[in-house]
Amino acid sequence: MSRVKGGVSWRNTPPGTVTFGASAMEVETGLWRSMRPVLDLEKCVSCLKCWVQCPDASIMTDEDARVCGINEYFCKGCGVCQAVCPAGAISMRPESDFSDCGKVCEPDKVMQLVKNTGMVGELVGS
Amino acid sequence: MGHSAERDEADTNRRVEMTSGNLAFAEAMRQINPDVVAAYPITPSTEIPMRFAEYVANGDVDTRYVAVESEHSAITACVGASVAGGRVMTASSANGVALMHEIFPIAASFRAPIVFGLVNRSLGAPVNIHCDHSDSMPERDSGWVQIYCEDAQEVYDTVMLSVRLAEHPDVLTPVFVCQDGFITSHCYEPVEFLQDESVRQFVGTREPRYPLLDVDNPVSYGSFTMSEHYFEIKRNQIEGLNNVSRVYRELSDEYVALSGREYPMIDRYMTDDADYVVVIMSSATGVVKDVVDDLRREGVRAGCLRVRMYRPFPSGEVREALSGKKCVAVLDRSASPGGVAPLAAEIKSALYMSPDRVPVFDYIFGLGGRDFFPDDARRVFQDLMDMRYEDGARYIGLLEEDD
Amino acid sequence: MSGVRLKDLVGKKNPLTEGHRMCPGCGAPTELRQAFMGIDDPVVVVGATGCLEVSSTVYPYSAWRVPFMHVAFENAAAAISGVVAAHSVLAERGTAKKNIKFVAFGGDGGTYDIGLQALSGALERGHDFTYICYNNQGYMNTGAQRSSATPRGANATTSPAGSVLGGKLQRAKNMTEIAAAHDIPYVAQTTLHNPADLISKVRRAVETPGPAFVNVLVPCALFWKIATCDQVKICKLAADTRFWPIYEVIEGRHALSYTPRTPLPLEEFLKAQGRYSHLFRAGAERADIVAQAQKDIDDDWEKLLRKCS
Repeated sequence: MSRVKGGVSWRNTPPGTVTFGASAMEVETGLWRSMRPVLDLEKCVSCLKCWVQCPDASIMTDEDARVCGINEYFCKGCGVCQAVCPAGAISMRPESDFSDCGKVCEPDKVMQLVKNTGMVGELVGS
Repeated sequence: MGHSAERDEADTNRRVEMTSGNLAFAEAMRQINPDVVAAYPITPSTEIPMRFAEYVANGDVDTRYVAVESEHSAITACVGASVAGGRVMTASSANGVALMHEIFPIAASFRAPIVFGLVNRSLGAPVNIHCDHSDSMPERDSGWVQIYCEDAQEVYDTVMLSVRLAEHPDVLTPVFVCQDGFITSHCYEPVEFLQDESVRQFVGTREPRYPLLDVDNPVSYGSFTMSEHYFEIKRNQIEGLNNVSRVYRELSDEYVALSGREYPMIDRYMTDDADYVVVIMSSATGVVKDVVDDLRREGVRAGCLRVRMYRPFPSGEVREALSGKKCVAVLDRSASPGGVAPLAAEIKSALYMSPDRVPVFDYIFGLGGRDFFPDDARRVFQDLMDMRYEDGARYIGLLEEDD
Repeated sequence: MSGVRLKDLVGKKNPLTEGHRMCPGCGAPTELRQAFMGIDDPVVVVGATGCLEVSSTVYPYSAWRVPFMHVAFENAAAAISGVVAAHSVLAERGTAKKNIKFVAFGGDGGTYDIGLQALSGALERGHDFTYICYNNQGYMNTGAQRSSATPRGANATTSPAGSVLGGKLQRAKNMTEIAAAHDIPYVAQTTLHNPADLISKVRRAVETPGPAFVNVLVPCALFWKIATCDQVKICKLAADTRFWPIYEVIEGRHALSYTPRTPLPLEEFLKAQGRYSHLFRAGAERADIVAQAQKDIDDDWEKLLRKCS
């Protein structure tokens, strides 16, 4: 147990239990991951099955609506993408295989991802 | 209104009609023209939504009336409509209030400025439709303002004040406007109404801070909040109630100028030089005031203090009014089984820091609508004069022996 | 199917963002995200207490890109009734946008059980909103207690499989038909494996004036005891065994959306999940329960076919 530090004082807390839209885009759920999906773009046919079935919206797409990568900041490693892929383009590998295993994403990269994926509201406590 | 108007010829801005507490509340609602009313029938508050539904049916108001399937859904729909950004009102009593209990603290935490006509009725069992305060008192810690009215005129005026108070940005807290079931809600008495235009100007329109319907600035209400943040949110909410007395005084001054009627948070009746004071709330106050008049004629320095605002409790005013008295009696219209009744507990707490130690006698009266007579009030004053202190509460009008 | 092309939906910002704290492989966020994909107008969302509500709004964060409110467990439908009522006044006055769509969601606990009264009231009153049940067949947020949506034979923590009792003794309540009995304009039942079906059903639900109810079967990997990657496979099995018929009720008329060419035996659905493993334990098989569960769904299918004819 430790005392709460670095929080927002009661005076500056917004009234009404209010939080601001899309602020969870700051939360790096990718840290939960034990298995990492690896995408082989050579095999990918961009059928978007992985995109539509991903619980964490972690399949990244380009301007032409083609699959272009996996957002490791959010991906929890459930493996649904691999299971639904008809082309065998995704393989699940243990995080320990990767040299950046457990590393928090670089802040610049994070902000870029957040900007790419959606609007960020006024953030409480930032 | 369906009643013939007895206009005050001296002032065309005033109209006086014979009406009841419930219908005065409904008339105030008509004039305020809230955005949403969601309600469910329960005696004795039912007349308020019934009468208001007629206004809706006749196109007298723009309100959306949501006739829900339970009190729980009534208060929930009110919260939804209020958070959406609407001005919202409802009414209920007794077990209906109890069924809403879960949602009251949520409404307060959401800072949803709902104005609620709480027509006091005893809580079952046994089932009883008459007045006591056992329905509203369990809600005293729900984070709402609680105002207890003595008569229909006060009900009407308090609704007007409550809309402004609830929506004030420094308060943003829902308000219970309490009146005694049947005694105030159903008895007819003359009530002076403001003109519709004056009401519209006084209440204005609501300007919500974070309306849910603002899709361009999305916010979320009712988060899952762990111990790192919960305490701060609650403290922020409590500040709304801490600001009530200042804001209320400002609004009261404005309302006096409009109506000529003033309602301080506590109503002092001959208390300044009194030796003996009876503290009471709501409709039974008149009985005590009559007895004070009689006792004054007999040379006894008696007084009556009516607590109008119970939440936030005006401790400072009460302490100032009661310090130095020889003896004080507190008459509660509800019990706290196994503990000190709600009003007595507050009065004793307020007096704890007074320089002198004022003895406080506790009484419980009027449960389930048991009548309260001048003789009863006189007997209480006699106890005070005789300094007949008893540990624990005494029960007024209760059959102690078979009659 | 139904004119849904995933390619057209890719660029849109979904009301439910990433960064929520639902378990890996949970079907609920997938379901809600798919549900929102077909809605083009601004959306306001009300959620009943449950996994999704908790995990999407861990203070001070919110995974809602749109206005969101959670009041309590049993009253999402009542809460949205108030929001919709306020909207009709405020839109008229010009202080709110006119074209907002209203979506309430609840788990099966918040829909079939504690929230049934509020839902029934809201459906009867005819507010213009869509209610989506994310039905994972139990109180998963509190640790897999049985609800009235839990199917016969399932092992739940308040109807545990023991040496005498083989899991839940009763069949699941048919909530989709209860909603349909309110004679509301649109009711649908679907699941996750065919996103085009879910997307088009929810689109139809929100575009239909008046109340609509959509009941979506979503796996809970943790308490159905399946691999986190298997949600889509399990949903397909649910449809192919007729455990979870895919159909809709438009203006009171039932219509099947999917008929398995050769229905698989229910056992295939049951055996794929750990919550039924006690029924197949070597030496302690509960063929009686499996047979009764098969009869439940066969009877339901017959009833449904009669309604569709």
